[in-house]
Amino acid sequence: MNFIKKSPWILHYDGSSCNGCDIEVLACLTPLYDVERFGIINTGNPKHADILLITGSVNEQNIPIVKQLYEQMPEPKVVVAVGICATSGGIFAECYNIVGGVDKVLPVDVYVPGCAARPESIIDGVVKALAILDEKQKILSGKKALAK
Amino acid sequence: MLILKIIVIILLTPIAGGLLTGMDRVITARMQGRQGPPLLQPFYDVLKLIQKEAIEVNLMHRFYVYLSLIFVILTSVILLLGGDILLAVFALTLGSVLFILGGYASNSPYSLIGSERELLQMMAYEPMVLLTGIGFYLADKSFFISDIIKNNIPAIVYLPGMFIGFVYILTFKLRKSPFDFSMSHHGHQEIVQGITTEYSGKDLAVIEITHWYEQIIALVFVFLFFATSHISSIIVGIIVCLLVYFLEILIDNGFARMKWNFALKSAWLVTAVLGSVNLMVLSYFR
Repeated sequence: MNFIKKSPWILHYDGSSCNGCDIEVLACLTPLYDVERFGIINTGNPKHADILLITGSVNEQNIPIVKQLYEQMPEPKVVVAVGICATSGGIFAECYNIVGGVDKVLPVDVYVPGCAARPESIIDGVVKALAILDEKQKILSGKKALAK
Repeated sequence: MLILKIIVIILLTPIAGGLLTGMDRVITARMQGRQGPPLLQPFYDVLKLIQKEAIEVNLMHRFYVYLSLIFVILTSVILLLGGDILLAVFALTLGSVLFILGGYASNSPYSLIGSERELLQMMAYEPMVLLTGIGFYLADKSFFISDIIKNNIPAIVYLPGMFIGFVYILTFKLRKSPFDFSMSHHGHQEIVQGITTEYSGKDLAVIEITHWYEQIIALVFVFLFFATSHISSIIVGIIVCLLVYFLEILIDNGFARMKWNFALKSAWLVTAVLGSVNLMVLSYFR
């Protein structure tokens, strides 16, 4: 059985966003939405995290930071791009320093649209990410069995 | 028979500790007006961590955590088999010291800060733990738990000050809020994660299981204050243990984190006033 579906721990990173999506992510943790019901914990530490939630677009300065956060997370891991800026760059796409969405740097598994993304849709995105995490876990344990 | 007993202790202690942690999380959530996770959530977390990839900083980093678990298991076996209370205290301290060494071994600035804070915490609570052992000796004339639970009058009658002092330092041991600066279970953003910053996967699961054992060990000490030869003392002891645990959850939710100077000063003050005075009075009259 894969227990990863029962306790996904989240790391959230705010790229160059207006902070709107960022506080919506935190709103999910408040008593109204209470994502801890599903075992979701907001960790501040990539080494404990399973899901990387990125809000806001990627710019030239935070490319190494985003990459480093992703590399520090242990397998299996998924990336969820929250908000339109994280999916495509949004209204900032044309700016001189903006590279674009998160998928220009990292392999994104789930896109959550919206400006700002509603807490309901963020939770939906995380639930979708859980199915992907489950699959990745199966592939990982398959690899382990092969190595033995 | 002895081996069977030891196996039962090793298996059942973490299960009880995990259930207690789950209860803690549900009650905490209810206090904050939330639904909260299921009761078995700590077990899901640990089972998930076991399945995950463990990133290793270096060999010793992982080694210390496993050694720490072994010493904490040894402590719980000594305590629950009715062994020497001083030996249990020293084994428990050794477990905490090895955990700190693990934090130092990772060479990460965050876990260095966490280790230093854990050392300060140990400095704060360790005198009281030792005094408690001495208090039990003065009250019951034996360091052995099997003798302490055989007396007719519960130790709380002789050691009321010691009991309050021990409950005070329990906040450190259970990693509850005013004094949880080395690593906390709730404020996950504080100096990243303290000692546990560099641990992931299986190693983090081991740390979590170690904490389950430690919780039960702490409550066994609370139980000892009420243990007598009479059978009803078991019920009284368990009720008091649950009440003390509830009080700790309440304190956890009601207080913000304090600075380390306050923690050290207040813990030593409590030890000096409640612990030492209780001990002096006891040694004078008994």
